[in-house]
Amino acid sequence: MSEFQLNILKHLGDLGEIKSTLQVFPDVDSQDVLSALNSLKAHGKLLYTKNDKMLYELTSEGQEILNNGSHEMKLVQLITDLGKLQIKDVNAKLGPNGKVGQARAFKNGWIVKTKENELELSEKCKDPSQLQDETKLLLQKIVNNETVDDKTINDLKKRKLVLPKKLTDFIVTKGEDFSLELTKFETDVTSDMIVTGSYKDLKFKPYNFNSQGLQATSGALHPLNKVREEFRQIFFSMGFTEMPSNQYVETGFWNFDALYVPQQHPARDLQDTFYIKDPLTSDLPEDKVYMNNIKAVHENGKFESIGYRYNWKEEECQKLVLRTHTTAISAAMLHKLAKNPKPTRLFSIDRVFRNEAVDATHLAEFHQVEGVLADYNITLGDLIKFMEEFFEKMGVTGLRFKPTYNPYTEPSMEIYSWHEGLGKWVEIGNSGIFRPEMLESMGLPKDLRVLGWGLSLERPTMIKYKVQNIRELLGHKVSLDFIESNPAARLDEDLYE
Amino acid sequence: MPTVSVNKQQLFDLLGKNYTNDEFDELCFEFGIELDEDTTEEALKNNEEPELKIEIGANRYDLLCIEGISQSLNEYLGRAETPKYKLSKPTTQLIVDQSTEQIRPYAASAVLKNIKFTEKSYASFISLQDKLHSNLCRNRTLVAMGTHDLDTIEGPFHYRALPPKDIKFVPLNQSKEFNGEELIQFYNSPEQKSNLGRFTHIIENSPVFPVIMDKNDVICSLPPLINSEHTKIKLETRNVLIDVTATDKTKAEIVINILVSMFSRYCDEEFVVEPVEIVSEHNGQTRMCPNFTERKMDVSMKYINSCLGLELSPEEIAGCLKKMSLHGVASTENKDVMHVNIPITRPDVLHPCDIMEDAAVGYGYNNLPKGEKLSNANFISSPLPINKVSDIFRTASAQASWLEVLPLTLCSHDENFKFLRLEDDGKKVVKLANPKTLEYQVVRTSLLPGILKTVKENRKHSLPIKVFETGDVVFKCEAMERKAYNERHWGAIYVGKNSGFEIIQGLLGKIMQTFRTQWLIDYGANNVGRGYWIEQDDTIRTYFEGRGAKIMFRAKEGEQPQQIGHLGVLHPEVLNNFDIPYAASYVELNSEVFL
Repeated sequence: MSEFQLNILKHLGDLGEIKSTLQVFPDVDSQDVLSALNSLKAHGKLLYTKNDKMLYELTSEGQEILNNGSHEMKLVQLITDLGKLQIKDVNAKLGPNGKVGQARAFKNGWIVKTKENELELSEKCKDPSQLQDETKLLLQKIVNNETVDDKTINDLKKRKLVLPKKLTDFIVTKGEDFSLELTKFETDVTSDMIVTGSYKDLKFKPYNFNSQGLQATSGALHPLNKVREEFRQIFFSMGFTEMPSNQYVETGFWNFDALYVPQQHPARDLQDTFYIKDPLTSDLPEDKVYMNNIKAVHENGKFESIGYRYNWKEEECQKLVLRTHTTAISAAMLHKLAKNPKPTRLFSIDRVFRNEAVDATHLAEFHQVEGVLADYNITLGDLIKFMEEFFEKMGVTGLRFKPTYNPYTEPSMEIYSWHEGLGKWVEIGNSGIFRPEMLESMGLPKDLRVLGWGLSLERPTMIKYKVQNIRELLGHKVSLDFIESNPAARLDEDLYE
Repeated sequence: MPTVSVNKQQLFDLLGKNYTNDEFDELCFEFGIELDEDTTEEALKNNEEPELKIEIGANRYDLLCIEGISQSLNEYLGRAETPKYKLSKPTTQLIVDQSTEQIRPYAASAVLKNIKFTEKSYASFISLQDKLHSNLCRNRTLVAMGTHDLDTIEGPFHYRALPPKDIKFVPLNQSKEFNGEELIQFYNSPEQKSNLGRFTHIIENSPVFPVIMDKNDVICSLPPLINSEHTKIKLETRNVLIDVTATDKTKAEIVINILVSMFSRYCDEEFVVEPVEIVSEHNGQTRMCPNFTERKMDVSMKYINSCLGLELSPEEIAGCLKKMSLHGVASTENKDVMHVNIPITRPDVLHPCDIMEDAAVGYGYNNLPKGEKLSNANFISSPLPINKVSDIFRTASAQASWLEVLPLTLCSHDENFKFLRLEDDGKKVVKLANPKTLEYQVVRTSLLPGILKTVKENRKHSLPIKVFETGDVVFKCEAMERKAYNERHWGAIYVGKNSGFEIIQGLLGKIMQTFRTQWLIDYGANNVGRGYWIEQDDTIRTYFEGRGAKIMFRAKEGEQPQQIGHLGVLHPEVLNNFDIPYAASYVELNSEVFL
């Protein structure tokens, strides 16, 4: 215990209560008083309440006036000595404060101005020794801590003669364990104490649990990849195997033709798709039977389809593109499945590319989540039920299904869910049953139906975690602080405001 | 998906009910169109008539105008029957000249006789042509249409391809005569660039331009650009000649059918269209146009029921289809077959699956019985092997206190080469043909540009900055069908007041240890087992001279060591190129060697 702490306890013992630490310990800095009080309070020796006071200190100008009289009084002294004073000489004689003195002396009616622009003492001021130097007296009151009304204080503040100063004061009373003795408290448990067993006899300083601790240094996984992992786990739990989606460059054939997207479809526009100039053209698909089926389906129809009835061109399907959807990979996987058709579940979550103007919700690259499910004679009702199970795993229930159009699925359904925060139905995905002429071209049996659905990874993430701009989620503009401080992603977790 | 604006009150009058927003939203939802916007609030402020903006399926050209939307919805609601479109006697011909084969070989035509336009229906007629032009007709490249006041011209009409200089006429909404060449110049002017100038490219480089003229060589139109002022239709026009020219004959038929089916309702004889005889011997396209023969498609009812998980009777299936304008009759010969009549307004029906879908929409997607057949029990899932390797890299890097970043795959050519002090030898990088900005010129061959850009954007972050990425780079490969392949890389950087080379070296060690790969002393000289070492390599110009090294890896005993990556202190010029005012060390390797 420090001497000062002991001193506090002694005073408290003598007085029973310290009404003002400022008065009892005028020379101790308030910070030191506070830390001593806190320390003693922690030991239960005392209790205290803060009792701040507002005091005023003289500025250097104020101090000057207190010592040597106000500017107006100095002017009167000067005029008394000289008899008269040219106005233009005031500052020369009294310095920059001369004008202030002159103004106040006029205000007090102490001086008058002659026709010759000279100052002389007024009638009222016949005997200067009788004059009261009000300014000096007020400052004296301040220094003596006497009460001065607010108006006067404000006036002095305005004249820059005083400065407010907050004084920290405390009222101290005895605590539950008041005594003049103080046990020494240890701050931490050390290895020495454990080895020697000394901790058993020591008293430990109470902890301040109302605190945050030191920030842990750590690395972090990217928030979007954390959401991606949630989706992967949902797929795994439902028996889906991950597709080899690590192929960004695709042929027009796999990205479009195989998916029954006609060669004049707007999706194949330069406006929407990144074409590649180097390398320029792809090989034709190896499976020529398949390719000819696709050609027939587009050109004249096959497998019960009347087709789009246009001239299908090989060079169009040999154009290389950056894939616009991961469905290009699904098509290749389904083509592979045709060699050994059987119920199958596949998924991928990977990047796709669109030649779009970039804005708050669009980037030229984003991630597509895609599931493909093949089984014999499955129904549209199976797809609906399966979508409900899938989305329930991310905590989304109460789905509605809207008919829509996709070139490669028929029927096609947009999946909507009610969004409480937005107060409306929002589209959360697209789905459908792949067209028979697309699958039969591959050689898949008629009764093996294939469901497909997809959604973007970014959109549900942005809705769920209220990210307004996609560039804050993907790409080089993402803030490292955001990555560092991002909580775990749990799609099934309710987020409370 | 196209969006169509319709007058709200007009539509509700046609549907015989003033729907609330929720009710109309619901109707659209179940039918498969989407109420995008209701302008009521805005319109009331501006004293305009409220509109509904409705998004329709990209294959439903019959829904591109209010006439079609109301017709289809009324049939869906059971308030209307599908119109029976009829042809009257032809009175004129369109003679197609062989010269058109050089530029736009197909033509179609029809006449709307004794039509009465109102201001609304006239505006809708114009707007439908615009919608068709921009959607189905692919901005007039595949098909273009023109409409003319038949009473200002005389058939038979001719469709020819002529040298531009020989085509002289006053184009629509102009007062002076232009020849073909002048017209192209005029429409290529800056004021017209975003208007008709968008279409000049379709013909401007051809020695001949397509032109439609009457028997007296009065020019009706210069497809796909502009009609003539002479034949301009007005609100009062009673007889409309429609010309359609195309490079795609299927789409030309669709366009003429949609136009006349939608607007023949305003003719004195409702739904009756006067055909035009197309004379086109040279390509076998002589025919009466339009062709109103309804298509028939046979569909298996077992197939429909099986897809829908239902056991509907033929009558019930026909009932569902009727709501969608398709008319089914059970075959008398085969109990499973339904003959389905497809109206001319529904060219989107290509396959029985399209009929099956309409049966499902007619039944209501949200009324379908939910399937119970799909069990998760019989499937064993597995991750993609390279993704599993990636996850090991990612977890280990994050555990070693690096932050994962996710920059874009596309970058500028400079970012991938020049800024890294590298030359493009043309053998590796995939280049894009049509990027909208310089930011997307190539597909990266290294993770470094994206990582450096991320560091640049986060310069204010406290030092050191330690970030990593596990992602794909792409290389060209002539031997493959797709001519390029992805390779999964791992890259990590240390950015600080010092280069921190030994820190990056240590991270590499941590990663290698995670993959059961020990460091081999003396560059692997005295050890033939699995392991790695690094060797100074001054050929990598991205690194400061003498501070770059290649990473050598031997997978197992007896195998040749291979280079799997590189690390080093980044060259100050590289850091300057990316506006990074700090020192940095970097490591990148091909993670596929750990598969």
